[in-house]
Amino acid sequence: MSDFPAIHAHQFDDAAQQHEASWLGMWVFLATEVMFFGGMFLGYLLYRTTYPQAFASASNHLDLWLGTINTAVLICSSFTMALAVRAAQIGQKRPIIIFLVLTIVLGAVFLGIKFTEYHVKFEEHLVPGSAFAYDGPLGSSAEIFFSFYFAMTGMHALHMIIGLGLLTTLVVKTARGRFSVSYNTPVELVGLYWHFVDIVWIFLFPLLYLVGRHLR
Amino acid sequence: MNPQHVISIRFYATIFGALLVLTLSTAGAAFIDLGGNLNTIVALAIATVKALLVILFFMHVRYSSRLTWVFVGAGFFWILILLTLTMTDPLTRDWLETTIGR
Repeated sequence: MSDFPAIHAHQFDDAAQQHEASWLGMWVFLATEVMFFGGMFLGYLLYRTTYPQAFASASNHLDLWLGTINTAVLICSSFTMALAVRAAQIGQKRPIIIFLVLTIVLGAVFLGIKFTEYHVKFEEHLVPGSAFAYDGPLGSSAEIFFSFYFAMTGMHALHMIIGLGLLTTLVVKTARGRFSVSYNTPVELVGLYWHFVDIVWIFLFPLLYLVGRHLR
Repeated sequence: MNPQHVISIRFYATIFGALLVLTLSTAGAAFIDLGGNLNTIVALAIATVKALLVILFFMHVRYSSRLTWVFVGAGFFWILILLTLTMTDPLTRDWLETTIGR
């Protein structure tokens, strides 16, 4: 890959300042994402302290093995994303594309497993709404747990789908030779986004799947 | 030129391995009854360590400018304010014996 000099917009002194501005801008966006997910985490926390038994009981209806496998899949995709960013930093075109495609494949595997889990929940009547059915006296508060489960994992999955779109455009741009050693900011920033989505799942996994295992 | 810090593949692989080991240990620890709220505390402690590994190394914050540290810190400090200050109310309601409103 040829290393053409970085072109910077006229409001910046040089390419380094432009890069720092993009980097900080992405972190401001991620801070708003922390706040967005933070609201849901707070809601979860309030209801879990109000209905601890129902949350523990409902949590045991989730498939721990699929959840653990999905966590590992997402961590693998973060690893391949980190390697794609590294390849972009040192200007290796083919490795960027290979690692980006691997990240896309792993992200798709995650969504596939998530889809399977959702499907089972529909069949078991564990989706909140008029068809919700739950044995025992904890039914109505277990429904609250599943509302949080679907809202939080659904929002997370939506972020994954957006991430897959961003990764696909990166593959096209890399193939067209838009990135070099001196300009690879978009790869870095999409990397930040992808790792952030991974972090959200790192907290969702124990809070949704591991609440009541030890009580069984 | 961007003053980018390039991390070795070997180091990335080490972080990756640590993240997988922590994932397995948090799933395993969930089956052991540690008593009280200790299960939740252990699970969240492991999750925090995993998140820190991702933020510091995969997201390169460890090698970023001081200004980046302030931005990142502000984002995550805010969520701590949100969670802890809110929970001071529901978690302490039973601490004092009172007949008001009961």
